[in-house]
Amino acid sequence: MSARTLFDKLWDSHQVAPETESTPGVLYIDLHLVHEVTSPQAFDELRSRGLKVRRPDRTLATLDHSTPTLPANASGVRPYYTKEAEAQVAKLESNVREFDVELMGWDSPQRGIVHVAGPEVGATQPGMTIVCGDSHTATHGAFGALAFGIGTTEVGHVLATQCLLQRKPRSFAIHVDGALQPGVTAKDLILHIIGSIGIGGGTGYVLEYKGDAVRALSMEERMTVCNMSIEAGARAGLIAPDETTFAWLEGRERVPKGEAWDRAVAYWQTLPSDTGAAYDREVRIDASTIQPSVTYGTHPGMVVAIHANVPAAADAVEQRALDYMQVVAGKPMAGELVDVVFIGSCTNGRLSDLRAAAGILRGRRVAAGVRVLVVPGSEQVRRDAEREGLHEVFRAAGAEWREPGCSMCIAMNGDLAQPGQLVVATSNRNFEGRQGKGARTVLASPLVAAASAVAGCVADPREYMTQEVAA
Amino acid sequence: MSQTTRPLAYVHSCTAVLRNENIDTDRIIPARFLTTTERTGLGKHCFEDWRYAADGSDDPAFPLNQPSARGCAILVAGHNFGCGSSREHAPWALLDYGIQAVISSEIADIFRGNSLKNGLLAIVVSTAEHRWLLDNPGIELRIDIAEGSIRLPDGGTIRFDLDAFSRHCLLNGVDQMGFLLQQEAAIAAFEHRLEEAA
Ligand code: SF4
Repeated sequence: MSARTLFDKLWDSHQVAPETESTPGVLYIDLHLVHEVTSPQAFDELRSRGLKVRRPDRTLATLDHSTPTLPANASGVRPYYTKEAEAQVAKLESNVREFDVELMGWDSPQRGIVHVAGPEVGATQPGMTIVCGDSHTATHGAFGALAFGIGTTEVGHVLATQCLLQRKPRSFAIHVDGALQPGVTAKDLILHIIGSIGIGGGTGYVLEYKGDAVRALSMEERMTVCNMSIEAGARAGLIAPDETTFAWLEGRERVPKGEAWDRAVAYWQTLPSDTGAAYDREVRIDASTIQPSVTYGTHPGMVVAIHANVPAAADAVEQRALDYMQVVAGKPMAGELVDVVFIGSCTNGRLSDLRAAAGILRGRRVAAGVRVLVVPGSEQVRRDAEREGLHEVFRAAGAEWREPGCSMCIAMNGDLAQPGQLVVATSNRNFEGRQGKGARTVLASPLVAAASAVAGCVADPREYMTQEVAA
Repeated sequence: MSQTTRPLAYVHSCTAVLRNENIDTDRIIPARFLTTTERTGLGKHCFEDWRYAADGSDDPAFPLNQPSARGCAILVAGHNFGCGSSREHAPWALLDYGIQAVISSEIADIFRGNSLKNGLLAIVVSTAEHRWLLDNPGIELRIDIAEGSIRLPDGGTIRFDLDAFSRHCLLNGVDQMGFLLQQEAAIAAFEHRLEEAA
């Protein structure tokens, strides 16, 4: 057989029926993740056709988007932002009962953002196909799984048939050579990649991140990178599984045990792209040149190194973006005044992200007038962080320590910024109004976010890390 | 096969133009309206933060509020339309608003797939043709799905590609769920092989 890429292998092994000139292929889905926002109409569709969920054992639901991040009151009433939000959650709760689907819900110690909780419980495994009605499903590609977002109609298709109609996308290798400098994170890497290839640069492709700098990343960092593949237009991003992957997965609740584990690892080791496998497109990126990076405009491709000058607008649309952001070309983003800092989301709401932020906030105070929300990505992350006392670090610094959820990443649950406020956010989208009407979002790493919280303006974390590095 | 969308063979209408590149799904339908559990009724929130003035009246600066754009069912939009989230609420909102076809030089993958599944025609044309359409708002176009052509007022035509399956589904109002359900034997055989391998 000719040399195949990781993507080819994942694709080939899930073909129920191959694509033809006139019909797309039928692709089998190993794991279907479900949340409250994109599923209600799909369950309705099943109900109206008298269908069942074909494989409840391959379906896993959670609550994350519309859920409040403030605790329930003494009588157990949760502070939902709107009646609709509450009804949407209730709808998923009743749908999972009716269709016999497992829900990591309010009473579960595993509830969390779908792309944080899924990997945590070991549901996400190499070699799988994984879908969710959510574009950041690409996150799970960090494990060497083909994972992508689907629309609600397709959620219905997978619920009913465990399959999707798909044409095979093209493949795109992103080689990242060298090593990231201290203070430069996986978030800076992916922002830099999106800035380089552009927000439409990955459209029609499945990305594979490879090279020394990628191999050196932890699993959490790999998830940060794959998470934002969609921000370059790609539906999926992949990283080949290796010892880092296996070590992270071993012992987790839903992964195989004993001999089955050994067999699984042996299979997973066959997945990496063969030497000489061809990609439709390739780029090379030198990790050592990447600086802490932030966005300055209204899409994730408008990225600049933190001390570099914001480039001049290329056209009227870009100028409008600069005007919306109240940013001036020819000046760096460092020093821009900050109103709100959001640390969380499926991009950077994991334990290592919170540790990084806490490392800067420890013993320091948030600047006067700045609101800081720290929102763990899952109940597990919350427990782990609290065990380490990170919540005390955040509180002592003057930050709010919230309950897990998507929170201000999408601002559906009432956690939002006011018009005109500048938010330094560790999430993945800086579209106009994403964090509240008129809110101005600057995407950044947890280190940059924490440094900016202390400085009261967009700030370089390395200025705050020198002591720790020296100590 | 059962039908969920109405068959669609032609879209004949004037064009409304949004020149902006990279119009994302948060602009098409802001996230705060995603708490709905229905497919319908989103039209009044389509482009919500762009189309209304502070007092809730129509903002005349929003291109689709201009008299010439009213009632136009064809939206010509800047490069990379529909990027961002997978929310199917975006095509639902556009359809409910009255848009039947979107034309651009690039349309984001998930949005495009979602649109075609809902009977919203999503068409990609060449950069030059796209520029011409952007520069000539308000013209009457006749889109012929079977032919894959857009007829211009002067009699000229623009060709577009649509994969055979999407075309078939649009023309016949075919429901893809029905198509998948018919694959039952193949799916069951695949699952059997999976279990054997495990
Ligand atoms: S954290 Fe943000 S990007 Fe991630 S699933 Fe939630 S809303 Fe989507």
